[in-house]
Amino acid sequence: MGDFIFPVFFLISFGLFYLGNEASKVIASLINIVLFILPLVSIVFGTMYFYNSREFMELMLAQPINRKSIFLGKFTGLTLSLSLGYVLGVGIPFVMFGMKDYSEIATFLTLILSGVCLILIFVAIPFLISVIFEDKVKGLSASILIWLYLSVVYDGLILFMIVTFSDYPLEQPVIYLSALNPIDLARIMMLLKIDMSALMVYTGAIFKKFFGSSMGLGISFFSLVLWIIFPLLAGLKLFNKKDF
Amino acid sequence: MKWLFIAHILFITQYLSAKEIVVCKSCEINDIQTALTKAQNHDRILIKKGVYISKNIVINKSIELIGEDYPIIDGEHKVQVITVGISDVTIKGLIIKNSKSSYTDDIAGIKIENVHNVVVEDCRFYDNFWAVYLAKSDNCKIVNNIIRGSAKRETSSGNGIHLWNCKNALIKNNKISGHRDGIYFEFVENSSIIGNLSEKNIRYGLHFMFSHHNEYLENTFRANGAGVVVMYSKHIKMIGNHFEENWGPAACGLLLKEITDSFVSQNVFYKNTQGILAENSDRIEFKENQFIENGWAVKIGSSCLDDYFYHNNFIGNTFEVATNSTMNNSVFSENYWSDYKGYDLDRDGFGDIPHRPVRLFSYISEKYPQVLILLRSLFVTMLDLTERYMPVFSPETLIDKKPLIRKWIG
Amino acid sequence: MVEIIGLEKSFKKLKVLNGVDAHIEKGKVTAIIGPNGSGKTTTIKCILGLVIPDKGDILINKQSIRGDCNYRRQIGYMPQIAKFPDNLTLKELIAMIIDIRGNCDLNIRKDVIHHLGLEAYMTKALKTLSGGTKQKVNALIAFMFNPEILILDEPTVGLDPLSNRYLKERLIKEKENGKAIILTSHIMSEVEEIGDKVIFLLEGKKYVEGSIKELILETHTKNLESAIAKIMEETRHAQNPKV
Repeated sequence: MGDFIFPVFFLISFGLFYLGNEASKVIASLINIVLFILPLVSIVFGTMYFYNSREFMELMLAQPINRKSIFLGKFTGLTLSLSLGYVLGVGIPFVMFGMKDYSEIATFLTLILSGVCLILIFVAIPFLISVIFEDKVKGLSASILIWLYLSVVYDGLILFMIVTFSDYPLEQPVIYLSALNPIDLARIMMLLKIDMSALMVYTGAIFKKFFGSSMGLGISFFSLVLWIIFPLLAGLKLFNKKDF
Repeated sequence: MKWLFIAHILFITQYLSAKEIVVCKSCEINDIQTALTKAQNHDRILIKKGVYISKNIVINKSIELIGEDYPIIDGEHKVQVITVGISDVTIKGLIIKNSKSSYTDDIAGIKIENVHNVVVEDCRFYDNFWAVYLAKSDNCKIVNNIIRGSAKRETSSGNGIHLWNCKNALIKNNKISGHRDGIYFEFVENSSIIGNLSEKNIRYGLHFMFSHHNEYLENTFRANGAGVVVMYSKHIKMIGNHFEENWGPAACGLLLKEITDSFVSQNVFYKNTQGILAENSDRIEFKENQFIENGWAVKIGSSCLDDYFYHNNFIGNTFEVATNSTMNNSVFSENYWSDYKGYDLDRDGFGDIPHRPVRLFSYISEKYPQVLILLRSLFVTMLDLTERYMPVFSPETLIDKKPLIRKWIG
Repeated sequence: MVEIIGLEKSFKKLKVLNGVDAHIEKGKVTAIIGPNGSGKTTTIKCILGLVIPDKGDILINKQSIRGDCNYRRQIGYMPQIAKFPDNLTLKELIAMIIDIRGNCDLNIRKDVIHHLGLEAYMTKALKTLSGGTKQKVNALIAFMFNPEILILDEPTVGLDPLSNRYLKERLIKEKENGKAIILTSHIMSEVEEIGDKVIFLLEGKKYVEGSIKELILETHTKNLESAIAKIMEETRHAQNPKV
């Protein structure tokens, strides 16, 4: 799995640097790709991987090893391979071409961190789905639907909501709504690094408080961790009761 | 020229007869007011280190008032610390602090009114209402001063360096912070503002109105309430300045309103909510500026005519150019845009397809600022792509037909 | 050795096991037989912990298997079909399972590998193996830890005659060593050949449990197949006399 992610991200990052771009521009270009590709690839691989190893899982389950270890082992194996592919794929070009200053390094690390969080989340979600649905086609469809919803539809709905109810004070609900979507959270973590100047147009005290300190970053990261833990634990719980 | 020559002769002859009066706490003369009464024109009053309480010092002789080791002149928040009521005065090396504050009068650390050729040099100003206030005074120099205010609110604070109705002023190498406006110009002509640092003032770093034929060069304006505002003026040169970190809903690096025939070049706009905001400003040349990591690099109103942007670098801005209608009367050419997605197959250094720096999303966010939280989302990227290929909201002509492939360097 | 007590299991609305009791002894080959959908595989999977029963319990050496995974250390399982991770070689797979279960019996391992001809495949990727070969790999994994209980789901399907014969010999040897062996099979002649005891399941219930020899004797038939057929016919008659 990582052997797919690695060349994709390596070639893209390397290419962007090779064309003479600076690290900050490469990061800006990568954000879109990371937010688009990582969840999609992770969710598809996660689903396929789980269904394809069904029979093998049966063999493992007949061994003296508890279900928790098998489930978490599968999860760790896949996410480790994907994360490694991603971190090296993006990391090697950045190390090769170098970064200018501390703030660029911080932005790069945020990109890495939020990317890895996305991988963990978008493997935990299909694992949960695969435990629920016995049928592979059903599971894969559900996974892709969820991806489509979280990466495109959700933001479209927020935009629609803001424009429709523009007369109401929406700043607070919009923040809460974003926290319900892991892709938005990862995105906001990046915004806090590279679009701070623009975000300062917000007048609301909530926004100031949220964006103006490291609190925004902390809360986003914390919510992302919750997004990993909940589907994973739910999946594990169902997996423990599942019949093979 | 003739006038200058005569002044020179006068100066030399009178200097020969000049004497020095020393003021210190244990000296025969231990306060400045007494020294001033004893002094004659062209004398030098040397003030040694110590704290001197000002009971409104009025300089009415053309003298040099020189501090040694920065003596402190304290107004104790009761008076105007120093008033210059005569031309040809030099004030140097003093710490001037605690002028009275007032809602009705413009009370200052040093007030210079209706006189000429006054120099304020190498002084420190702490907690004054207005720090240096010049009115109807020509040929003055305010050089190498450090000015710190403690302004909290716009209505109850004065400006750092305030000029009203002056000519030929030189404001150079001052560091100003904590006032309402760092530097304020109104009806000032043929003056220069050079190498100053104006930061953390609660309103503007530089405020500039009805003042023609001025230049300001190589200043740094950082983290002021709303940046630099230049209004209702003609023939202004703005070169080599840094506009940094002016953050806030209405904050911008440089606001141009009804400015004409001016020149904005080699400035750096770094991390401002808005880099340049231009309204009703015509025939302005913007060249070789750096716009780096601003929210909006340039917001240009459709009321602007014949402005010309070329050889600027736009790097890492959230929005490159925004405008408020589908009309555009300015020209963008040969700029470098880091958002440019095109290519240069013929290798002439210019992108083969034009760059369209206005994004649909910047329109939406203008109307509904809450949507900014959706920046860089897939949905918004798709919206922008649609607009880029089928422009509906953005001006057809606001494009750079020859976008640079590499950054403009010198 | 293995005690099955009142086992019940439904998949959604379908009741697959409806109160199965059985007793599996050491030193005997117990065959679980029955038509398709009678609950053979589900019973086996319950013993293995792959399926969690709704009701009832399974005791191994008088210990309930609920909430424990270590009892499986005593079980060798040969599933009907097997899929392995694509990118592993056979050698790596063996190493991996040894890693989980601890040391294996080197003599048995050597013997099984030799007789099933698996040497040639040791460094091959598992995805390149044929169905029959994969089945042999499953057999190897089941035997090589020398477990007290062997569970084999349709073990001879897809095996070549030579391997088939070896497998049977191996099973008899294990039986003689005092192992409890459970197998499912469709092929009655095979069951008759190596089995000592049958548990016949029908519609989720134990229909017949007993020694194969006694069954044949009691029903006055030649072989197991006829014996089972006769029992089923008699029952159907009893339930529905008009036919």
